[in-house]
Amino acid sequence: MTSTAPTSKTVENATCTFCGCVCDDMVLTVEGTGRDARITKAKNACVLGNAWFLNHHVEERPVCTIRDPASGDLSPASLEEGVERAAEILAEARYPIVYGLSDTTCEAQRVAVAIADRVGACVDTTTSVCHGPSGMAFQGVGEVTCSLGEVKNRADLVIFWGSNPAESHPRHFTKYSIMPKGLFVPNGRKDRTVVMVDVRRTKSAKAADIFLQIKPRKDFEALWALRALVKGVKLGPEIEAETGISLAALEDLAEKMKSCKFGVLLFGMGLSMTRGKHLNVEAALSLARDLNRFTRFTAKPMRGHGNVTGADNVVSWQTGFPFGVSLGRGYPRFNPGEFTTADTLARGEADAALIIASDPMSNFSQPAREHLAKIPVIVLDPKETPTARAAAVAFCTATYGINTGGTVYRMDDVPIPLRPAFESPYPSDQEVLTRIDQRIREKLEAARCAAAAAQ
Amino acid sequence: MRETFVLIPGRTSRQGTSLNEGKFSEEYIEETSTLQVSPADMKRLGIADGDRVRLRSEHGQVDVPCRASKGDELPPGLLFIAYGDASSRLMGGDTHGTGMPDSKGIDVSMEKA
Repeated sequence: MTSTAPTSKTVENATCTFCGCVCDDMVLTVEGTGRDARITKAKNACVLGNAWFLNHHVEERPVCTIRDPASGDLSPASLEEGVERAAEILAEARYPIVYGLSDTTCEAQRVAVAIADRVGACVDTTTSVCHGPSGMAFQGVGEVTCSLGEVKNRADLVIFWGSNPAESHPRHFTKYSIMPKGLFVPNGRKDRTVVMVDVRRTKSAKAADIFLQIKPRKDFEALWALRALVKGVKLGPEIEAETGISLAALEDLAEKMKSCKFGVLLFGMGLSMTRGKHLNVEAALSLARDLNRFTRFTAKPMRGHGNVTGADNVVSWQTGFPFGVSLGRGYPRFNPGEFTTADTLARGEADAALIIASDPMSNFSQPAREHLAKIPVIVLDPKETPTARAAAVAFCTATYGINTGGTVYRMDDVPIPLRPAFESPYPSDQEVLTRIDQRIREKLEAARCAAAAAQ
Repeated sequence: MRETFVLIPGRTSRQGTSLNEGKFSEEYIEETSTLQVSPADMKRLGIADGDRVRLRSEHGQVDVPCRASKGDELPPGLLFIAYGDASSRLMGGDTHGTGMPDSKGIDVSMEKA
């Protein structure tokens, strides 16, 4: 419900889209109107949510900038001029890529996939450099899954592996995994055993009953040892030299896993980004699967950006695969390592890029960044980033969740509606993408007609 | 003298909050370009907070200031830096058929810059 006053209003049940928790119980106070509108209070927000809402302001940037291909100079342009140039770049490209998508709405993601389909692009999301290997592992092993609501109401054993929620998902502990009282854990924290496995004794470790400090790059070995112990295989004490965790500690954890009523293994990028990657996650998923011979046990990835889970869902609805999909032959082909953006850029294959709400110029490897700097790039982002500064066409768009409505997915695949706080003078990602798509369609149709007439 | 360490890039609260002020904000740049080193390694190598060190991986090198990690957060031999430009410069382009470069657990050498 939204109540308005001339210069101040309250937006209840607003949604924070900063991290994968997608908390939808924000109470926002908005003061001012138009370009002066600011969120002055964000009740229920964590430290990250507060920074997300309270730092938001209407940018002083043109809606679009276009780089002159000859001089390299950037000039302000109208939305129409930007759309025209973007459509031209994408329609003419031979190996275009569409990338990003984790910080925008599902509605905008859907249009981005349609554009990829129309121009025969590779469509990939920031999942590929986040939990992409987990996506590969889900396909290999399957996923014994649950919602965060089930974690809250049922879990009496919670294991975090390679994840630091205290800094990356600050409300996860209090809303879902450690503190809340649930239907089958009525005493909340007292009814739960919390285990943290990490290479660092992070801020999150303080919240755990048991902290196990693992050697770097030994996650697979420790998880495989746990699988063996759960199955009753005897292991020797040398496992400590291998993993950094004593046999007694591993045996104790295996016993806790088998004897809990409802266990959950919440794994972070400590597994998916470290050598072994999808094999590390396959070991975690296999362990969770094995434990269902003894009790109910689930495994969930700790997803990062606000709507990265939505990106997986939307790309899956439309292509059958979650990321790293080539539509170059007119039908979808999934091949991480070939069609994923870190690879198509580092190998120098892509000849144009449409980047939505992400910043590969900061986050990618040097060879990938060097190639990105050589090709025409179209960027949609509410904020100025190194990728936006290097773009051939950069659109400044409205911020999802704060300025635009739509749908986002929480990290456990639960869709959540957005309740925007105030309007932006900038267009939404969905609007810009829809216009680009329309213009590409017109260009391709005109080219088809011209070719037919020439025959 | 150069020594070999394992670098763990990761998220921090400050990186997350300063990200909202923009990637060109002073705080974001400072947070993503400051290396955390265990107090034991700092003492052994004679490095003080604010000293610049040179990190080299198989794929690149960066010069960054460092500071001691809090308490026993980092064991000796392990380094931490918030994700950002500096950590990306040390990553390789190969993803070993996964789409994901080796982004954590990177072998690096460290010496005073």
